[in-house]
Amino acid sequence: MHLTLEFGGGLELLLENSTKVHKVEVPPQDGENMVTMKGLLSWVKANLIKERPEMFVKGDSVRPGVLALINDCDWELCGGLDAELEEKDVVVFISTLHGG
Amino acid sequence: MGAGGERTEAIMREIASLRAKRDELDSRIRFFEAQLRVGGASPPSTLPPSLSTKLDAMGVHAAAASGGLSPDMVRRYSRQLLLPEFGVQGQRRLSRSSVLVVGAGGLGSAVALYLAACGVGSLGIADGENIMHVEAYVGQPKVKSASAACRAINSSIKVFDHHLKLKSKNAVSIVRQYDIVVDATNSIASRYMLSDCCALLHKPLISGSTIGLKGQLTVYNHNGGPCYRCLFPNPAACQSSSDNGILGVVPGVIGCLQALEVIKVATRVGEPLSGRMLHFDALSSRFKTANKIHQKSSTCTVCGSNPNFTQDDFMMFDYDSFAQSTKSSNKPTPSLNPLPKNARVTCREYKRLLDSGRAHLLLDVRPVHHFQIASIANSVNIPLHELKEKLTRLRDALSEVADVSHGKHRPLYFISQRGDDSQVAVHILRENGFPYASDIVGGLESWAQEADPGFPVYW
Ligand SMILES: [Zn+2]
Repeated sequence: MHLTLEFGGGLELLLENSTKVHKVEVPPQDGENMVTMKGLLSWVKANLIKERPEMFVKGDSVRPGVLALINDCDWELCGGLDAELEEKDVVVFISTLHGG
Repeated sequence: MGAGGERTEAIMREIASLRAKRDELDSRIRFFEAQLRVGGASPPSTLPPSLSTKLDAMGVHAAAASGGLSPDMVRRYSRQLLLPEFGVQGQRRLSRSSVLVVGAGGLGSAVALYLAACGVGSLGIADGENIMHVEAYVGQPKVKSASAACRAINSSIKVFDHHLKLKSKNAVSIVRQYDIVVDATNSIASRYMLSDCCALLHKPLISGSTIGLKGQLTVYNHNGGPCYRCLFPNPAACQSSSDNGILGVVPGVIGCLQALEVIKVATRVGEPLSGRMLHFDALSSRFKTANKIHQKSSTCTVCGSNPNFTQDDFMMFDYDSFAQSTKSSNKPTPSLNPLPKNARVTCREYKRLLDSGRAHLLLDVRPVHHFQIASIANSVNIPLHELKEKLTRLRDALSEVADVSHGKHRPLYFISQRGDDSQVAVHILRENGFPYASDIVGGLESWAQEADPGFPVYW
């Protein structure tokens, strides 16, 4: 499945060359024919995150302080970990900032 | 400086403080004068009473002078009065609103200045820190500099300084006095504290934040929207802006946008950024708005359907440990075995070695961009995270230095900013069969204090 992933708020620093936008092909998980957010998170952790994965995921989910958006909508409103992704969806991960 | 110099300084300080008091009194006098003009008696009606009643029934009203705005206000705000969306009603609502800006750093000073210029009725600024960045005010409270700038741009509004760090113990009594609150603070602890306080007191919170070249903006506790805790029930481990650089225009951009959201909430014009969040990336000049962020959470401990968080709980809540709790577990600092005494030198000891001219190598393990700002002459930069991979090549160079020193003194020294990373570096070398490395205790921060007062301090 073709997805566009964007990382912001400092999360891009965990990726190779700190690249913010990634156009990727994510395969469905074993025994399924779709990609869920849960599947996407483990795929990102295995394929894109180069360092400090604990700054991105905690358990199955994103760590506290990270907002995940599917097509500009909070993923928790789309079903959270079970949210089913569709071809060409844009998924954004942004870490919250607190400096002033 | 002699006793005479100290006395002069004391007098100068006294003069400055008296001047500040005079300015404040002047601005209050001007405010009340403006009030007199606004509230001035309206001229007697020239319309026959019967016609007046008929017109009223049609929904047409005879004009009050200048729509209730003083000539001074009309002159001052004419540009925004001419905006049909805003108009006299917008200005009147703005002039009656009171806004508290918490934090007088890059964000807060931008917000406050624009709010003063557009004419909010009263503006409070709360900050406990002293200033480092405005030349005329170095060493004075940040709130003084920020409020002076606000009074200078608009003497007709009320500006209040709260020179204190807002905490759960003192926040309620201050926040209560205002209609709208602006979060321009710089720590996770203060962000939770302020959001909880505003949720308890039902005050809209205009929240802006920046780190490096990025910024974020949203409005909490407004029109049934979420609070900070609804979005982030648990504190995150994230970077702090004091450890990272910041480009002043970035908080300037976000601060201006915060002022805009305040104006929209105060005047009920437009669509405030509630339940939405704006992200700004300065490097790529991109704004991205997440149009549907988490709504108000029914399970939120502070604003949910069964909140069990009272004002008393709030006053007792330890925000510092709450914010620290996950920080430490998410970001473990490697616990170091203490280095043996002979593997550590003080800055003064190292200075003596440097002055003696004996052969040695000083490795600076800070990041490259830190090293480029300032470094000790002849030191060599190997950022800590590159040390392991460069070890093999380093070993040859090191054995040469070791030969030259004939074992009479240690050939290799490590320095870092605070003296933590240099210890890690010494450990790495010891683990890899090179026991002759020392770290310089306290790093460059001590070096600048004890050995080289001319060292450019950038931290
Ligand atoms: Zn809440």
